[in-house]
Amino acid sequence: MPQYKQFPLPDTAEGLTEADILTWHVKPGDTVKVNQIIVEIETAKAAVELPCPWAGVVTELLAEPGQTVEVGVPIITIDTDPGGAAAPAPAPVAAEANGTSSGKIGEEMPGGRIATLVGYGPKSGTAKRRARKDTPAAAPAAAVAAPPAPAPVVAPPAPVVVAAPVQTPGGYVPLAKPPVRKLAKDLGVDLHALTGSGPNGVITREDVETAVAAPAAAPAQSVVDNGSRERRVPIKGVRKATAQAMVDSAFTAPHVTEFLTVDVTPMMELRARLKNAPEFRGVKLTPLAFCAKAIILAARRTPDVNATWDAAANEIVYKDYVHLGIAAATPRGLVVPKVRDADRMSLKGLAIALDELATVAREGKTSPADMMNGTITITNVGVFGVDTGTPILNPGESAILALGAIRDMPWVVDGEIKIRKICQLALSFDHRVVDGQQGSQFLADVGALLAEPGIAMTY
Amino acid sequence: MSSPEQWTHPEPDAAPAATAAKPTAEQVIAGLRATDEGGADLVQLLTPEGERVTHPDFDIDISAEELRGLYRDMVLIRRVDREANALQRKGQLGIWVPLLGQEAAQIGSGRAMRPTDMAFPSYREHGIAWTRGINPTELLGIFRGTDQGTWDPVEKRFHPYTIVIGNQVLNAAGYAMGQKFDGKVGDDDGEATMCFFGDGATSQGDVHEGFVWAAVYDAPLVFFCQNNQWAISEPTERQSRLPLYQRARGYGFPGIRVDGNDVLATLAVTRWALDECRHGNGPILIEAFTYRMDAHTTSDDPTRYRLSDELEMWKLKDPIERVKVYLVKQQWADSEFFESVEADADKLGEELREFCTNMPDPPAERIFSNVYAEGNPNLEAQRDEFLGYVSGFAGGEH
Repeated sequence: MPQYKQFPLPDTAEGLTEADILTWHVKPGDTVKVNQIIVEIETAKAAVELPCPWAGVVTELLAEPGQTVEVGVPIITIDTDPGGAAAPAPAPVAAEANGTSSGKIGEEMPGGRIATLVGYGPKSGTAKRRARKDTPAAAPAAAVAAPPAPAPVVAPPAPVVVAAPVQTPGGYVPLAKPPVRKLAKDLGVDLHALTGSGPNGVITREDVETAVAAPAAAPAQSVVDNGSRERRVPIKGVRKATAQAMVDSAFTAPHVTEFLTVDVTPMMELRARLKNAPEFRGVKLTPLAFCAKAIILAARRTPDVNATWDAAANEIVYKDYVHLGIAAATPRGLVVPKVRDADRMSLKGLAIALDELATVAREGKTSPADMMNGTITITNVGVFGVDTGTPILNPGESAILALGAIRDMPWVVDGEIKIRKICQLALSFDHRVVDGQQGSQFLADVGALLAEPGIAMTY
Repeated sequence: MSSPEQWTHPEPDAAPAATAAKPTAEQVIAGLRATDEGGADLVQLLTPEGERVTHPDFDIDISAEELRGLYRDMVLIRRVDREANALQRKGQLGIWVPLLGQEAAQIGSGRAMRPTDMAFPSYREHGIAWTRGINPTELLGIFRGTDQGTWDPVEKRFHPYTIVIGNQVLNAAGYAMGQKFDGKVGDDDGEATMCFFGDGATSQGDVHEGFVWAAVYDAPLVFFCQNNQWAISEPTERQSRLPLYQRARGYGFPGIRVDGNDVLATLAVTRWALDECRHGNGPILIEAFTYRMDAHTTSDDPTRYRLSDELEMWKLKDPIERVKVYLVKQQWADSEFFESVEADADKLGEELREFCTNMPDPPAERIFSNVYAEGNPNLEAQRDEFLGYVSGFAGGEH
């Protein structure tokens, strides 16, 4: 007699409730051994291989790859005694301890869930409760209801602020998880005014964000108090520093911006080759790193871009070192940490330094000291998918280069239109220090180095 | 030339300063932070290729039968480990702590102990438990959540598993001090204590305190640190600026690094260390240089934090294979022996499966038992209330 057993999805780590099926290593009809790996699943914690609990023949897979299965729901049926007469579909087999039993597809199960091809339809909202022995439903329930039920009945006519949503102190508390509460507080959203879209009416992050995005949709009142819909944030920290720097720079240094469009296909090819080279293993080699290298090389030919206008001393300070600033978007705003002595670094060194810099900046750990005393800056607007811009100089510096997005574009190569990797460069420079000729030379050099990295040999 | 930068980063131009706490990708890949090689001080008697080598300070005279026994121990405990791991994946255990790769470190040190010696394990010491004569089935309840381990710690001279990291080092230090106070130390018949912990535990204050107390009281205690290179996801070099065995020097007792994948070297060094302790020359730190081949626990996914070529490198240093090679080369074992060990392992695996799936759930009152040596009215009231509540459900089972 065929003996069907179903393997319920186990909790492979502590306290998980569900897992995704990744890959089945067996199919119906396969003979399986004990401990043979039958399926790979992914939980919130790890991708995990599940061994087969019994020897036998796979009768049916009850979940498809990609499907999320709750812990305890059977995922496979195995015939542990395939020697017996062939029986058709796995008839309802002895239920597993958790009470789930296999049902025909489309049929409603006792719990109200409908068996589908790959398991069961969604559970109804009610929580599963075990039956009490003496079903004390009616009487005790009433008894419970009878004692002082202050909430609904005695609800004191609290001084309800006009238009304020139901806000009975000590009464209804909106359901939301602590991070969402924090978010709502930060954004000035009143949780009482929201209807939760999560399970059991829990207010989700999306609910709060939606409420912020569409403030007008909130209970429209005749008297609109704009003050409550505006947020006043003290200008401080990075934002203040940024603003000050931008204003200083824009009003003191006469800016000139030049643009250059470059075919960077050779650079991208070189990058692809280097990525596979052993010495670059594990290094995050970005176009930015190439751009940084190109700037350093080009600045050697045009030291003016790496110089400072010292108005106080009435001098121009030329520098034999490059502290390369990288404009980085961070949760705190724009910061421009520096790669110190970038001119002494190899391409690989630069790539590693840039990666570290970005990580530190993104974590918001860039210290003010790290942002001081740059000599030239790159702003990588390309990471936002932007083609170019007119960057504003970092105060004290004489040049800033905007690296645009690298795109597949039609380009004329040897008289034919080819699809190439195209990138736009924009260079802003301080016209007090850098003349148009030097600025143009520098930009052309950077472009040439990116268009043909081999040019670096000639430097 | 005295900038601190220079100490951690001697090449000025190569790359930004990497520190031990933040190694570059290259350092991780190429040098494995020197974790795949134990260094010059590593005591080894059997190479990964199964070559018997000598060491000026440590040697062992091992018979064919003894070595076959050690081989059998390692194969069986590995099967126990794999079977229990699979049982967790089948939903039969809540969690399992794999020892895969650490068989030699555990069997070698475990077999060095005498029945009179005492052992304090952490929670990965399935191999030590095996050498203390504890049936592996007795470990399952801990990981199924049905009991706390069922062996008698006094009879087996094996303390219950300690889950809190490093805590057992204090227990062991106290116990060993007791052995000393009781005059059980001083000659060949002396007693000693072994304490087992991992590289991660060495960052715990408890371990430090244990070192200090054991040192100043000359406690007959062998600190056996299985350095499996990973404290869950933290590599050793993020926890120490020097090899762990060298820490002993700061406390004033010897520290030795042994190839933890070499059962002979582990046995030899541990025997020596226990003998020293018996004679009153304790304590001693042994760092067994080994590798955790599987996850920290079944709840962990090591692919998220370590590279697979590291694993591949350590596969070549398998503790069991090298013994097998040596046994064959010496003609100390034939295929019949290896097959019989395999058969024993299969049988043991089946026993574990049977035992685990048929393990009775503990009664509801178990949680209230063994809390106080004598009764406690508050607890009894709680127990009665809880049992009344539980018995109110239809079906009885939960």
